Amino acid sequence: MTIKLGVPSKGRLQEKTFAWFRARGINLRRAGSAREYAGAVEGVDGVDLVLLSAGEIPRELAAGRIHLGVTGTDLVREKIPLWQEKVEVVAQLGFGHADLVIAVPKCWVDVDTLDDLDAVAAQFRARHGFRLRIATKYHNMTREFLRAHGVADYQLVDSQGATEGTVKNLTAEAIADITSSGDTLRANHLKVLSDGLIHASQAALLRSRTSSPSARERAALAALRNILQPG
Amino acid sequence: MLNHTRSLIRAEAERLLARFADAGATQVEAAALQPAETLLDLYGEDIRARAYVTHDPAQGEMMLRPDFTVPVVQMHMHEGAEPARYTYMGPVWRKQQPGSTRAPEYLQVGFELFARDDPAAADAEVFALFHEALAGFGLRAATGDLGILMAAVDGLDTLPRRKAALRRHIWRPERFRQLLDRYSGKRPVPPARAALLQAVQTTDVDQLIAAAGTPVGLRSRDEIAERVSALQQDAAAPPLSGEQVALLEAILSLREKSPAALAALRRIARDMPAITPALDLMEARLSALTERGLDVDALDFEGSYGRTTLEYYDGFVFGFYAEARDDLPVIASGGRYDALTGVLGQGRSIPAVGGVVRPEFIIALKEGQP
Repeated sequence: MTIKLGVPSKGRLQEKTFAWFRARGINLRRAGSAREYAGAVEGVDGVDLVLLSAGEIPRELAAGRIHLGVTGTDLVREKIPLWQEKVEVVAQLGFGHADLVIAVPKCWVDVDTLDDLDAVAAQFRARHGFRLRIATKYHNMTREFLRAHGVADYQLVDSQGATEGTVKNLTAEAIADITSSGDTLRANHLKVLSDGLIHASQAALLRSRTSSPSARERAALAALRNILQPG
Repeated sequence: MLNHTRSLIRAEAERLLARFADAGATQVEAAALQPAETLLDLYGEDIRARAYVTHDPAQGEMMLRPDFTVPVVQMHMHEGAEPARYTYMGPVWRKQQPGSTRAPEYLQVGFELFARDDPAAADAEVFALFHEALAGFGLRAATGDLGILMAAVDGLDTLPRRKAALRRHIWRPERFRQLLDRYSGKRPVPPARAALLQAVQTTDVDQLIAAAGTPVGLRSRDEIAERVSALQQDAAAPPLSGEQVALLEAILSLREKSPAALAALRRIARDMPAITPALDLMEARLSALTERGLDVDALDFEGSYGRTTLEYYDGFVFGFYAEARDDLPVIASGGRYDALTGVLGQGRSIPAVGGVVRPEFIIALKEGQP
């Protein structure tokens, strides 16, 4: 059997992942047409390329169905309970930077910190009769962050996309979402809390701790790691 | 879990249920599926991390009951007579921490007492019942009284808004500490707030809001202006005195046998008379416990006890622990939750006190197994 390396199936994350490996003498390429989700690895023996949705790579790593995978550390933390026990970060890849942050309307001149957000949540609940809504798709990380910082009287509402628009659409009062430049937040009249950084994410190469490779697979894994991190 | 162990746990649960029924309780049932909205409203978002959430196409979001308190209180508020004693037995479901070996489904047996008169006697009745039902297992009882802590916060010589904020965070010790540090001037005003307070001295708050960008969201200009004004009042108010903070800290750090604890609290009350009614209740409770034959001289009291539980207890709180088995969590726990009945009673409320036992831990204790 061969080592399975999971890489995002499309987009800039894939291009940059290919470039990162290429710079280290390993050539990843798609097989056949650009639409076919199969690939090949050149420059090291015994490694197969598996093209997957970036969002599914954490689950496949945690289940041990792939040995190595490239995905954002935000997805790893959100989707794998006890992620440190399930995967090992082999290398931070230095691209795909995105911060998971808490953002509120810019017009909230009285709010700059989590302490303010908590006070506003109490005020909002007393006034409106329901808990202040925070739209996000990162439920676990956001809830844990707010719990650790003692924020109360809020509720999370699910938003799988265009999260920055939920405040204007009156389906949420604040958001917890990823941002790289902050442009989309600003365009939607939102600002980041000064202590509202939940996680600074970037793309990472991860090794599954739950897969049980054979002797041959372990040799291939060691050879690959040797090329990627000489010495 | 072995089937043999299961049947032992079941038998222990039934013994407790019978014991509670003998104490005059009516046995009640509760649905396993509860509307999520009520539980979320009561416990907050954290309950989503603890309870199993599922979805019904017609009724919306539902939760597997994480405890019996809410359905039993609702049942009583709808159809109960007063005073009332209830007992129940059944599984509850709670997600455990990742990596935990604890079962997410376990049996709970409980007893709840709803009574308007003589809260001290009601507290003593419930505690004595649990004490007696758990006798012989070598458990240590811990007690506390959140009513004293709440009275102490209410009695602080400071802005009502500060007191309300502290009360709200009694169950979140870290934020409580931060607020206390801020109000007593130990922690500096954050730079952004200082800048805002500076700006509103020369610029109208409406102009500040308008200059900050296009208004979006449900929170209105009025609400923002109202809070800015509250921040101004807060900044103008004198800091909480060092003496008052010290009194509060003396209550929080108190760990004594009950009579010594009461004596210490009486000394604190000389400078903080607001806690006196709560101390009178504690004294009456200790007398009622003594009348029931309990040795209050050996009963531990902790000023901070109950601060890390779910946030509905607001008076006497207790827990029973297996001292020799620190791998086992609290084996039985309970307390007074007067305010909860008001929240669930839609305008009506009744003082209530109760508790639950986890029979699986009694079996683990007896069998000497984890």
